[in-house]
Formats: sequence, C-alpha cells, structure tokens
Amino acid sequence: MREPVLNVNNLGIRFGGLQALDDFNIHVNNNEIVGLIGPNGAGKTTVFNLLTNVYAPSRGSINIEGVNTMGSRTHGVTKAGMSRTFQNIRLFKNLSVIDNVKIALHNGIRYSFLESVFRLPSYWKQEKKATEKAMELLSRFDLDRHADSIASGLPYGAQRRLEIVRALATDPKILLLDEPAAGMNPSETAELMANIRKIRDDFHVAIILIEHDMSLVMGICERILVLNYGLIIASGTPEQIKNDPAVIEAYLGQQRGE
Amino acid sequence: MTLLSQIINGIQIGSIYALVALGYSMVYGIVKLINFAHGEIIMVGAYCAWYLIARLNMPAWIAVFFAILLCVILGVTIEIVAYKPLRNSARISLLITAIGISLLLQNLAQLLFKADPRMFANLFPGSKPFLGLQLTNATLVTIAVSVVLMAALSLMVSKTKIGKAMRAVSEDKAIAELMGINVNTTISFTFAIGSALAAIAAVLYCCSYSQIEPTMGSMLGLKAFVAAVLGGIGIIPGAVLGGFLIGVFESLTKGFISSNLADAVVFGILIVVLLIKPTGIFGKNRREKV
Amino acid sequence: MMNIRFKSTKSRYILNAAAVLALYGVLYAMIENGILNRYAAGLLMTAGYNIILAVSLNLAAGFLGQLPLGHAGFMSVGAYASALFTLGLEMDGAVEFPLALIIGGLVAAVFGVLIGLPALRLSGDYLAIITLGFGEIIRVVILNLSFTGGAFGLQGMKRYSNFTNIFIFAVITLFVISTLIKSRHGRAILAIREDEIAAEASGIPTTYYKTFAFAVSAFFAGVAGGLYAHHLCILDPSTFGFMKSVEILVMVVLGGMGSLIGSVVAAFGLTLLPELLREFAQYRIIVYSLLLVLVMIFKPSGLFGRYDFSLGKTVDDLFIKLRAPNKKGGA
Repeated sequence: MREPVLNVNNLGIRFGGLQALDDFNIHVNNNEIVGLIGPNGAGKTTVFNLLTNVYAPSRGSINIEGVNTMGSRTHGVTKAGMSRTFQNIRLFKNLSVIDNVKIALHNGIRYSFLESVFRLPSYWKQEKKATEKAMELLSRFDLDRHADSIASGLPYGAQRRLEIVRALATDPKILLLDEPAAGMNPSETAELMANIRKIRDDFHVAIILIEHDMSLVMGICERILVLNYGLIIASGTPEQIKNDPAVIEAYLGQQRGE
Repeated sequence: MTLLSQIINGIQIGSIYALVALGYSMVYGIVKLINFAHGEIIMVGAYCAWYLIARLNMPAWIAVFFAILLCVILGVTIEIVAYKPLRNSARISLLITAIGISLLLQNLAQLLFKADPRMFANLFPGSKPFLGLQLTNATLVTIAVSVVLMAALSLMVSKTKIGKAMRAVSEDKAIAELMGINVNTTISFTFAIGSALAAIAAVLYCCSYSQIEPTMGSMLGLKAFVAAVLGGIGIIPGAVLGGFLIGVFESLTKGFISSNLADAVVFGILIVVLLIKPTGIFGKNRREKV
Repeated sequence: MMNIRFKSTKSRYILNAAAVLALYGVLYAMIENGILNRYAAGLLMTAGYNIILAVSLNLAAGFLGQLPLGHAGFMSVGAYASALFTLGLEMDGAVEFPLALIIGGLVAAVFGVLIGLPALRLSGDYLAIITLGFGEIIRVVILNLSFTGGAFGLQGMKRYSNFTNIFIFAVITLFVISTLIKSRHGRAILAIREDEIAAEASGIPTTYYKTFAFAVSAFFAGVAGGLYAHHLCILDPSTFGFMKSVEILVMVVLGGMGSLIGSVVAAFGLTLLPELLREFAQYRIIVYSLLLVLVMIFKPSGLFGRYDFSLGKTVDDLFIKLRAPNKKGGA
C-alpha cells in the first residue's frame, strides 16, 4: 500500500541576501525512492538540512506521518522518523564501529542513569539487545567483522556504508541519502544501487537521494526532482526528466548558435 | 556632576580596554584563538617601562619605545614558538597552550619582580578644567592617544596592502596562500600590532593607576576580552565600542553600586551578551557548513 | 568473541572489587602501622580529592569535549554548602557527614545546570571564557556574602574527612563515571564530543546530555569540595580562584583527556611531586604552566591518550600469553 509519509509545502530559507531555497514542495510515499538532482550549488543539501532542521527554515511546513516537525530540534526530527547521511561523511571517528551504531540506537534503548550506574538487570538485558541489533545491522552491510575497529580506520566505501547503517539504526520511515555514491567506482556504485533497493524493501523506508551519478539516479529512482538556483525546475519520472528541455539547459547551459 | 565624572573615568579606562581588545580581536579574527597571554603582554610592557624609567633613569619616551619593542618581540615569539606548531590541531589544545603561556609569564614576573606592587610615576602630571571638572592630563592623553591609534589602525586595515592581507587571511588561510599572500608573515604582523597596542595601553594604564604587579594583566586582559566579545570579536569598530561600553559600565558600577562587584558585573554583561547575541553587537551570524 | 566477554563480565567485577579492597587494605595498614606518617597520610588524602576533581573534570573536558575553566567554582560551592550544613547542625558525624557531602554535591550540580544551560549553547572558546567568568563571579559573590564569612572564610568544621571516606568517595567517583561512559548516556556524551551535528541526527538530544554531563561533573567537584572543607577545616575563598581550576585542568591534560586512569595517575603524581620538590616550591606554577605548553605541543593526547585501563582485560591478556607463549598476535 502506498501511503504518504512525508509532506513538505512551500519550504524556503534565505542566507543573508541569497534565497537559497524557495517554494520547495515534496510529497513522498511509503517505500518510494525519490531522486533530488541539480547542478552544484542548486540547494540540494540545503533541502536535507532544512528537512532535518540542521538549519531552521524561514518558512514552510514539514509533516512526517501527520506529525508536524517544523521547529523541532534535529533529534526530534530523527525521533519522528527521518534520518540522514552526510555528503562529507560525519562518523563518530574515534569510536568503534559498533558504538557508532549503538549511539543511533539511543532512543530504542530504555534504561535510566541509575539503572546503568548500579548495573541492574535491565541494563544488561537492554545492552545485550542493543549489541545484537547493532551486530545484525552491521552484518547486513558486511561490516560485522569490523565491529570493534575504530570508525576512522575503515576504508572509504565501508565508512559510507556505516553511515547508512547508523541512519537505519534510528528506525526511520524516511531515509535521506546525501551523495552515497560520491567517490565510488562503477562496480561499487552498482553494488550500492542494489543495496539501496534492498534497504527500501527490507526496512520499508522511503528514500530521498541526492546524487550526481546519473546512472544510479535514473536506475533506481521512481521519481526525480530537479533543483536549480533554489527552485524546483522539473519533476517527473526518469524518462520525463531526461527529455525535459529546462533540465538540459540547467546542466549544459543555454544552447547558442556558434 | 559625579555622573559625568564617572562617565569620563569610564571612557578613560574604556579606551585602554579598547586598545587591548583590538589585540584580542585581531588575533581571534586571524587564528581563531583567545590569546590568553595577551593580558600578560600588558604586564610585561608595564614592567619594562617601569624598570627603564625607575631603575635605569631613562627618559620616558625611550622607555616607552623599548617597552613597545619588547612586547612586539615577545608577542611574535609566543606565536611562533607556542601557537604555530598547533595551528592545525584541535582548538582546545591551542587554548590550553595559551593559558599555559599566560601563567608562565605571570609567574616568571612574580619570580623576577616579586609579588608586591611597584609604583609607576605618572608621565603626564597635572590637570585641566573641563566642563566644570578637573580632568587629569593622564585622562586626556589616554583618550586622545587611543582615539588616534584606533583611527590609524582602521585606516591601515582597510587601505594598506598588509591590511588587505590580514583580512584575506582571516577569511580563508588556504585561499590567501594561493593568492600569493605570505600567511605566516601576516599572522606575525597581526601579533606584532596587537602587542604594540598592548604595550601602549600598559603605559597609559600605569599613568593613571600607578601600581604594577605580576597579576595586573589577567583581569585587565579578561575585561578587554569581554569588550571584544561584546562588540563582536574579529571586528575592529566592535572592539572599540565594546571597550568604551565596558569601561563606562564598570565605572558606573564602582561609583554607584559597589566597587567589589564591578568584576562580577563585567562578567555578568559577558554572559548576557553571549546569551542574547553570541556574535556581539556588530557580529554577523555564521553557520557551520553541513 | 562476543560470548567470552559476556561470560567474564561478572568475574571482572569481582576481580576489580578485590583489587580495590586489597589496595585499601594495604594503604590502611601502612597508615595504622606508621609506615606512612601523618604527613604522608595527609598527602594521600589530598591526592584522593584531587583524583575526584580531575576525574570529574575529565567527564566534561575529555569525554564531552568542552573546556570548562571554572571547576574550582563548583568545588567551592560544594565546600561551602557542606561546611555550612555541618556547622548548622548538631548531628552524629556518621549521619551528618555523608549527608553534607551529598548536599555539597547537589548544590554544585544545581550550579552546574544553571551555568551549563546558558554556557553550553556556545561551544569551544566561548564556553571556556563563560565558565571562567562564572567561576570568578562565584568567588566574588562568596567573598561578599555574610553567611559565607566573606574574606575571612569559614572555620570550625569538624575533621570528618579521613583516609577511609576519601578513598570510598574516590572509588565511587571512578565507578560512577566509568560505568556512565559505558552506557547509552555515556555514548551520547562521546557522540557529542565526536560530532555534535551527527549526534543530533542520530537522535541524541545534545543539549540535555551536555547539561547532564556538566551536572555530574559539578556534582563530584562539589563532593570533593566537601571532603576538602572537612579535611582542612578552614575555607578561604581565595583558594578557589582561576589558578585552582587550571591546576585541575593540568592534571586532566597531562593524564590524557578521555582517560580515567590518566587522570588518577596525573592527580596522584602532581599532588606528590611538588611535595618532593619542596625547596622549589616557588617554581611549582612555572613548572605547571611549562608542562601544559610542552604537553600540548609534543604530546597533546597526554600520558595515556584515551587509553583506559581494565584490570580484567590485563589479567585475561596475561593468561592468554602464559597459555600460548609461542603464538604471538594470533587472531
């Protein structure tokens, strides 16, 4: 069943004199994969930052499964069911891989400070559950053998996967992926493409994807939004986008007679 | 009348705070460091001038010249020896180093000159009538010198080549380097200017308050830092305005509330500013890029 | 791999408890038999509350990653609160003293929250300077209040602190902070140190946990203040200035920000060292400040980095080595 999980209306922000994003609308259904593309500086990451309230939007409304998250702090947005990865990988670098995941399980673990200081049975039980959950998530992404390594020591591709695992650990309904294929070679990208579909099917999440790799975007997105100068200039299926003159102009510049 | 005289007192000490605040502000602007040792530069300047005048009987202007020279050398040396190796490490390390340098200088002075205060003879004795008040010459000289120096500094930063280099380096070191600016020289120059202003502030301070001691720099430095934050750190007119405001607030607190609480009031102002507008009066918001 | 760990957890607790008891037994016997004279025993007690101060500051500095410069302020609040409590009441020491320490800790924790809430909205340098400011304000206010004795300070407290209760509270501090670090709350604190934005995005309410860490840190500083007040039996507001805060910071930095064993060793060493070098007492702060600068330039991670000692693990490793002396570094 397709039900709307995210409704965003008229979202916008100004940085000083610059209108970085204006009149942004997006409606995402359960289990849908939506692509967000556009030239550099078009405002794609700004969309993610506004959705997760890393920057406070100047106006607009954001609704996650009927819950208004405008004005919630970032952790509140995460709790409401939207989690994300970052373009320039932001792991907890000096902590172990498993701790990176267990941190994101924070709200799924319920014991109080006193229960943990006195190491009551509830502490042991919940910690054990958290460790098992984290290991299970890690093993799905082939990271379980690195569980005790320090995150910054992982190879680049594994760091990207770990960020996705961490985002999934918060039990999201919507997953925001910011250039997951950046820096990957074609075979890694192909693997990632399969992985993204699998994530959607296994975790029943909707995914919004920022990506420059067109084969990836065209290959897995059901719907694509194109941003340029902070405005949506086109939206539709990959086929429609490929042939949209406004999109071609935004990417290649206006064609002039030479 | 007392109100007016308190305000003038405030402007006088405020102009000293402003001179010191400029040093904090420029250094913060360029290397993003609260240079805790800046207060101790003032102390060193004061002791140097005192030693040359009171012990070696040098003429005042030569003593002041050497005090400035010593402070400039000290300031630049501290930067090269202690801060430069840490330019790329965590900010917290740099801050701890600055605290260490500050304590080191303070306690070396304590060892060399003993803890008890020394008397500094006023270089500008006498007074003049002004609006029905008797203003000391020291007050007039302090205000005049500060205003001239601040104007000169603004001109330098906005008009000269080195001033442009300073602004470029504070925006982005890597890009400045690519544009052919010598980043190390520019940073050294900034420390040199800040230290020279501190030395002049030290002499002006001593002319009015006559006592010098090894710990004199820390409170003076902290208040000047508060002034820099109040005006907007890294912004030259901000440091000046902040300096005057802190001076006047402090003076009014001393005059009409309690001199014991003056320090607490200054820190109270800092806390209120940081809560309401952490970037200070003239500050602009900068957000972390995500 | 995971299974072995779960099995040995309980035995590790027993091992640690036995080691702590043994250490206490040895030191206590040495004091009772006069092997350690009164002076040495006094030093040991000073080292004890310095350990509490350093370990509690490490929570805010090493684990939370902030730089509070007003730790002595929290210590003074705890010292005055507990001293006023025991001075005002006529109860049996066995009841009065633990209560006084807890009250000292709680009052300090309240101050920690009051200061933390505004201060923690800022980061890095601004937080350092604002906590420094608060530390100074606390000092000035104590100096100007009548019930704190003003510049004369407080005296007449009973000498409740002794080796045993200082040892107990040092162990409690270490236990609470090390268990805290290995819990979901502690992981939240570490996540904030590593990357605040990523922590928020992972669902951690960062403001709450910053304030929480600050309050716990202040609580134990307050307890240390209470122990101090009933050890020296005289409180002088000037001892709780910026210098005292820096002294505690030096212990944390030297030991390693983020290493509890480091804080313990550094606090112990920096308490004993100046006493061994009494002739050079006037150079003490010079040495401290030089140490601070040199450590930052040459070994910013301190003596122990973020290493944390685990007796259980050390013993395990030892057994493994003994059992298979030829298989080095086998997986």
